Amino acid sequence: MSSTASHLGQQAFSERSISLEPGLDEKDMVLNFGPQHPACHGTLRLVLTMDGERARKIEPEIGFLHTGFEKLGESRTWNQFIVVTDRMNYLSAMSNNIGFACAVEELLGIEVPPRAQAIRVLMAEMSRISDHILGIGLQGMDLGAFTAMLWAFIEREKAYDVFELTSGGRLTTSYTRVGGLAFDLPEEVPHRCRKFLDRLDDLLEEIEAMLSNNRIFIERTQGVGVFTKEQAIAYGWTGPVARASGVDRDLRRDRPYLGYETYDFEVSTLTEGDVYARYKQRLAETREAGKICRQVLDRMPSGPINAIGKVTLPDRDEVYSQMESLIQHFMLEMPGHGVKIPQGEVYHATESPNGELGWYLVSDGSAVPYKVRCRPPSVYHFQSMPEMSSGLLLGDVVACMSSMNVIAGELDR
Amino acid sequence: MTRLPTADHEAQARQRREASKQAAERRLERERGLARQAAEWLGDDLLEVIEFRGQLTVVCKPPRLHELLAWFKDELAFDMLVDATAVDYLKLEGDYPERFAVVYHLANTVREARLRVRAYVSEEDPTAPTAGDIWAAAGWAEREIYDMYGLEFEGHPNLIRILLPHEYSGHPLRKDYPLRGRGERDNFPVIRRGDAEAKA
Repeated sequence: MSSTASHLGQQAFSERSISLEPGLDEKDMVLNFGPQHPACHGTLRLVLTMDGERARKIEPEIGFLHTGFEKLGESRTWNQFIVVTDRMNYLSAMSNNIGFACAVEELLGIEVPPRAQAIRVLMAEMSRISDHILGIGLQGMDLGAFTAMLWAFIEREKAYDVFELTSGGRLTTSYTRVGGLAFDLPEEVPHRCRKFLDRLDDLLEEIEAMLSNNRIFIERTQGVGVFTKEQAIAYGWTGPVARASGVDRDLRRDRPYLGYETYDFEVSTLTEGDVYARYKQRLAETREAGKICRQVLDRMPSGPINAIGKVTLPDRDEVYSQMESLIQHFMLEMPGHGVKIPQGEVYHATESPNGELGWYLVSDGSAVPYKVRCRPPSVYHFQSMPEMSSGLLLGDVVACMSSMNVIAGELDR
Repeated sequence: MTRLPTADHEAQARQRREASKQAAERRLERERGLARQAAEWLGDDLLEVIEFRGQLTVVCKPPRLHELLAWFKDELAFDMLVDATAVDYLKLEGDYPERFAVVYHLANTVREARLRVRAYVSEEDPTAPTAGDIWAAAGWAEREIYDMYGLEFEGHPNLIRILLPHEYSGHPLRKDYPLRGRGERDNFPVIRRGDAEAKA
């Protein structure tokens, strides 16, 4: 038994010395991190060249979750693709639904009615809150503070209850349609939202009491993975991570969509650009999102939820009683038919929880997209891993990775 | 539970909507000015400037693409590359001089402004200059274009597949690539359940 073990050891040793790559020092070790590791949220992989405990070189590798969404989009109708968008960023599926629907509406040149806009803003902000509190919790978990993550998870479930009430799905919501929404907001949702928001402030305070002044957390995060404003812009960073580096840019304020200009909220920035700043930035943005939610609930307009015209489904009662509506229903629902989108190309971006979620759509005038390109924020964030965390300790590399909240679904599409 | 919107709120919202609409018009006017400047700078190398739904696309001749992108960054302060992608015009009706095009979405982060730059790439010689030396963000985006469309970028330091396996053949987002079939099965040995158990 023992002779076999020593034989195996010798073999492993000799193989290692044979496979020493050029440029690799005798004391370097190549460490494979992921794609299945508890600290890799999703299927991310890093190939680290370690010099002792320090990562001398970092090579991220992606594509393990590649599903061919963009190719799939070229054979589905515009409304069918909304189901696919859920699967991209599965922590905030609502934001993806809304972003895609807004992009198609821009291509059509229509605007949804005020009530639909308000419901979309409410859902986008609710998903921002659920995404951010989980992101904050996971950031704690990766550094050993498991409690914060559990607290965040309990509250996130309550946000998911609201999504379930609204759309029927917790994780994959598919709530929007081109020109409107799948269903109107159920009556009890505003009440449930308010209850969730009242509890949210307490949760954030609890998490802050747990982490913000925690000596270990601060030592592990402050000054770690610093990315300057110039670097962030060069790498195409957007969203909370960019604002934590001092990039004063928020699409909700700079290029308002869905009537964001009518709500009061502040876009805060930090200048440190380290892991701690990203944590603080997410906390601040969760609070602002809560403020927007309350404003939407206070002023929720009444009225239709679908744009008037040939792109949305008619009222069910009218389908049974009026010829015109029956034809419209048929033209939208039957195979080979669907919403016809005029020929052209458009890029529309929304501020998703992770950053700028853009859709570059090319239409040939038919009911099926010619090209659907998603600009996922995670790709541009994860791309900067080598520059951000080369030379750091292995544990700090994990801290950097979790601070970006990279979602493998939208990274690989 | 829902409180009704007050008259105050509605008046304020109307005012803000109006202001936002005006700001959007000013922004578009500014973007038109930038596109005009680019058109002047390009001279004969400009193919067209397209405006659709309030978005501007500058279409330039491929040899000047790299120079144009660098000029946009240095002279017009387009400091962020938002996204880079490609389009295969094989099955799209219309007058497109070449089969492929690379599309760069640029943004100015200080004064919110956006432009799209497009340059055609031929099927026979599918190469374009890299923008990686202008914006670091272009690295992975161009690798994805190479992966999905098979367009090559001159000067790219690490032009390898990014989403698909390295030994994959074919470029799936090309319009002549079928939705299923053609090649991908051949690239992976078929392992049956019994085989795996027998080996173990």
